[in-house]
Amino acid sequence: MSQAANKPQETALLPASLPSTSRMVRTGKLAQKFVMSPGAAIGLGVLVLIIFLAVFSPLISPQNPYDLSQLDILDGRLAPGSSSFDGVPYYLGTDAQGRDILSGILYGLRTSLIVGVLSAFAAATIGTSIGLIAAYVGGRVETLLMRLVDLQLSFPTILMALMMLAFLGKGLTNVVIALIIAEWATYARTVRSSALVEREKEYIEAAHCLRLPGYRILFRHLLPNCLAPVIVISTMQVARAIGLEATLSFLGLGASVTEPSLGMLISNGYQYLLSGLYWISFFPGIALLITIVAINLVGDRLRDILNPRSI
Amino acid sequence: MLASLLRRLIQAIMVILAMTIIVFVGVSVIGNPVDILINPDASQAEYARVVAHLGLDRPLWQQYLMFLQGIFHGDFGTSFVYNKPALSLIVERLPATLELAMTALLIAIVVGLPLGLYAGLHPERLSSRLIMSGSILGFSLPTFWVGLMFILLFSVQLGWLPSGGRGETASLFGTNWSFLTADGLHHLILPALNLALFKTSLVLRLTRAGVQEVLPQDYIKFARAKGLSENRVIYTHVLKNLMIPVVTITGLEFGSLIAFSVVTESIFAWPGMGKLIIDSINTLDRPVIVAYLMMMVMLFVALNFIIDICYTLLDPRVRLDTKGK
Amino acid sequence: MANLLTVSNLVTEFGGTKTAPGLRAVNDVSFTLEKGRVLGLVGESGSGKSVTGFSIMGLVDRPGKVTGGRIIFDNRDLIGLEHEEMRRLRGKRIAMVFQDPMMTLNPVLRIGTQITEAIQAHDPMTKSAARIRARDALGLVGIPSPEERLDAYPHEFSGGMRQRVAIAIAMLHHPDLIIADEPTTALDVTIQSQIIAEFQKMAEISGTAVIWITHDLAIVSRLADDIAVMYAGRLVETGPVEQVLGTPRHPYTQGLIQSVPSQNQRGHRLHQIPGMTPSLTRLPTGCSFRTRCSFATEQCHTIPERTDTGTRTYRCFHPVTEGL
Ligand SMILES: Nc1ncnc2c1ncn2[C@@H]1O[C@H](COP(=O)(O)OP(=O)(O)OP(=O)(O)O)[C@@H](O)[C@H]1O
Ligand code: SF4
Ligand SMILES: [Mg+2]
Repeated sequence: MSQAANKPQETALLPASLPSTSRMVRTGKLAQKFVMSPGAAIGLGVLVLIIFLAVFSPLISPQNPYDLSQLDILDGRLAPGSSSFDGVPYYLGTDAQGRDILSGILYGLRTSLIVGVLSAFAAATIGTSIGLIAAYVGGRVETLLMRLVDLQLSFPTILMALMMLAFLGKGLTNVVIALIIAEWATYARTVRSSALVEREKEYIEAAHCLRLPGYRILFRHLLPNCLAPVIVISTMQVARAIGLEATLSFLGLGASVTEPSLGMLISNGYQYLLSGLYWISFFPGIALLITIVAINLVGDRLRDILNPRSI
Repeated sequence: MLASLLRRLIQAIMVILAMTIIVFVGVSVIGNPVDILINPDASQAEYARVVAHLGLDRPLWQQYLMFLQGIFHGDFGTSFVYNKPALSLIVERLPATLELAMTALLIAIVVGLPLGLYAGLHPERLSSRLIMSGSILGFSLPTFWVGLMFILLFSVQLGWLPSGGRGETASLFGTNWSFLTADGLHHLILPALNLALFKTSLVLRLTRAGVQEVLPQDYIKFARAKGLSENRVIYTHVLKNLMIPVVTITGLEFGSLIAFSVVTESIFAWPGMGKLIIDSINTLDRPVIVAYLMMMVMLFVALNFIIDICYTLLDPRVRLDTKGK
Repeated sequence: MANLLTVSNLVTEFGGTKTAPGLRAVNDVSFTLEKGRVLGLVGESGSGKSVTGFSIMGLVDRPGKVTGGRIIFDNRDLIGLEHEEMRRLRGKRIAMVFQDPMMTLNPVLRIGTQITEAIQAHDPMTKSAARIRARDALGLVGIPSPEERLDAYPHEFSGGMRQRVAIAIAMLHHPDLIIADEPTTALDVTIQSQIIAEFQKMAEISGTAVIWITHDLAIVSRLADDIAVMYAGRLVETGPVEQVLGTPRHPYTQGLIQSVPSQNQRGHRLHQIPGMTPSLTRLPTGCSFRTRCSFATEQCHTIPERTDTGTRTYRCFHPVTEGL
């Protein structure tokens, strides 16, 4: 299809082509610029806190919400602020199985972050490699790969993910695979276009003349110059992946009932919503929202900073 | 013009063919259809009979041709769950989904475009900053959770709007629509708002970015230098330039709205295709899954095709004929 | 005769705040223009010529702002004029032709629309009447088969044709003043001459005054009555063209004249003003030209005031005295 029709939804929000950041000289300045935006600074702070909570959730949380022996059905559906039979407080209430919502959230955050980071990282690695190869090799290979990218990008992520889950079956692992397959193309396209710009530059030609081996040109010269856009996309991608995982789990296609997932928690609360037991769905949703907003704030700022027009 | 139309048409057909291969490989090679079709306790002979019946003992390329043939005839098999042809199941539910997606798109444009225009024209105002922060929120809010909160607030707490279903429908063009009755409209509001949330932010940001790109252009300054009124400058000179990206992207987003309605339909028990496909994935109802996927592929290809043409009509620079109308 | 335009002590800044001054793209600029006269405004790239023009039009880009001085046009100060009143002047009594013809016309609107809207903005009339006038205006600037071309889009026109469209639009209402910002720079030489002739004709016929912004001293000497030389936001010298070009007083003006090829003998190296145009952010204290001037002394560390001899002005402590 033509270029006009193939814009994925993200490219509209990203600058047409992000520049490559040069070396580390600018890093200090970038950090300074980053903190200058209060939104981004708060976002970063919250994000660090969330990561901390997620990493240490087994140590922090009052309960292991997925260890059935720790759950007491008699403590089911307690409102926020109430206490268990033996006096342990449930700050955010419990769900139908007597699961402490706060603990559920902490464990769920862990799953969300792992899924988000893992899928974004894998998609970035695959997409970047393909984009670089396309730009470096050129010719038929490039055309073929880019056709594939076009094809992929003309369908929305959720449809690709649904398709993959329909093929592979339900489950958290398959969700991660589906996310990777649904997202690699964005990287490939961006990296290829940055690499194409770089390829034409003199130093690459010089490298060719020096008969440096291909992989050296690829990884030493082309790759570092494509990293800025990859970093920006990746941040946003983690947020999207977290949201999508939660959505798919909510729809019953991702995490199973016994796995810790924010989407699953929210889904559990769905049936109790109409009877007014709001907290089972409400608090995990807030946690999800805060996580995504924090990542997006950071990503938004990163994009502004790495964009040449704002430097 | 005709030549390029033809070229695009061929491209579109290639995309569809490519997708049939992917769907075929996904369904028949990655998954094993027999496992779902047959009772695990079935005898060896029974198993072989089903395999032969489905043609699964033949070489892959023959199976693919059979698959293609089926698609050409609109025959995707019979739903295991509903015991009805898969395609007719999908088609029955298409209007409900279309209605929901179109309403959402309308909301996204009616709300997003003016707000984006405002934020772009007065970037320094506090209200613009609030709008932009709001749009980040719109991007970040998990749609399904917002849907639940809508139900909690508007259905459970306030009791203003129903929490699910299509409500009363009326017939038009041989199908039933909710927006024609007051009760149906009532039912439509929450799901449509829910689905529109993300796209509203998108349209808003897109519009603002467009305004900021167009405003500093010399031709806008020249328009002012001619003594045009501010309204004329904005509503003709700026807006006309904006329409190109906005129409292109919104058009594309319509497809993604249909895909995303999966979520909204599940929450609000809206009887459209989305709810059907989730149920089908859960029950492994493959014929319906395949029918849905192929339907979506065709829809997207058609949409892309139409947008391409609109794009050509909107932007005189890419218009292929040299003369005006 | 009363002056049509009197600019006095104009200051235009970019990005200034209440406490800190911004970049002064136009700094303490004063000049006058009589009806029907042509003023050549010359200076290096970035010296502030265009910004001067936009200041008069009231169209300085954000974050730029006119922060001082007066612009008296036909006995009214344009600074602080109401939006609507300024709009009624723009295009009607003061028109402008922009530097880059490729960017002046809106790519998605037909040429005809862009002309008729300019007509209707000031003279309410029917679409069809405006269209007839638009067609005639296109014909006047020498565009063949104007009737058909009204339906064309800008991208179907060459740069020269687009500039003519812009000129046709500027001339629509026979304005009292046209600011022509290097209208011929982007064009080839034959079209240049045609367009210059067009302007001369108009200045004669309708008594339109013109501010002609350019780098090109040759054009100025052909076309202009007066000249104003700009350097780093300031007017360093003004006066009648023959006098200023014949016996420049300011060292910068002299440098400009000497760097024009025809002024030099064959085989001699072209004279060049030494050094680079300073950036507005890092201007030397005192006379901005100090670091490049061979006449500079200790005194030049303070800003030279304007010397006014009645017919001409210059800002220099040690004016060139050749030819006196
Ligand atoms: N929008 C803007 N924002 C910030 N600074 C600006 C802007 N427009 C102009 N300037 C500054 O004002 C100064 C004068 O610019 P101006 O366009 O008037 O130069 P000029 O004399 O017309 O040059 P040229 O011959 O290249 O057209 C420049 O140094 C530029 O940095
Ligand atoms: S004032 Fe001094 S430095 Fe400036 S131009 Fe005159 S002589 Fe040169
Ligand atoms: Mg200029």
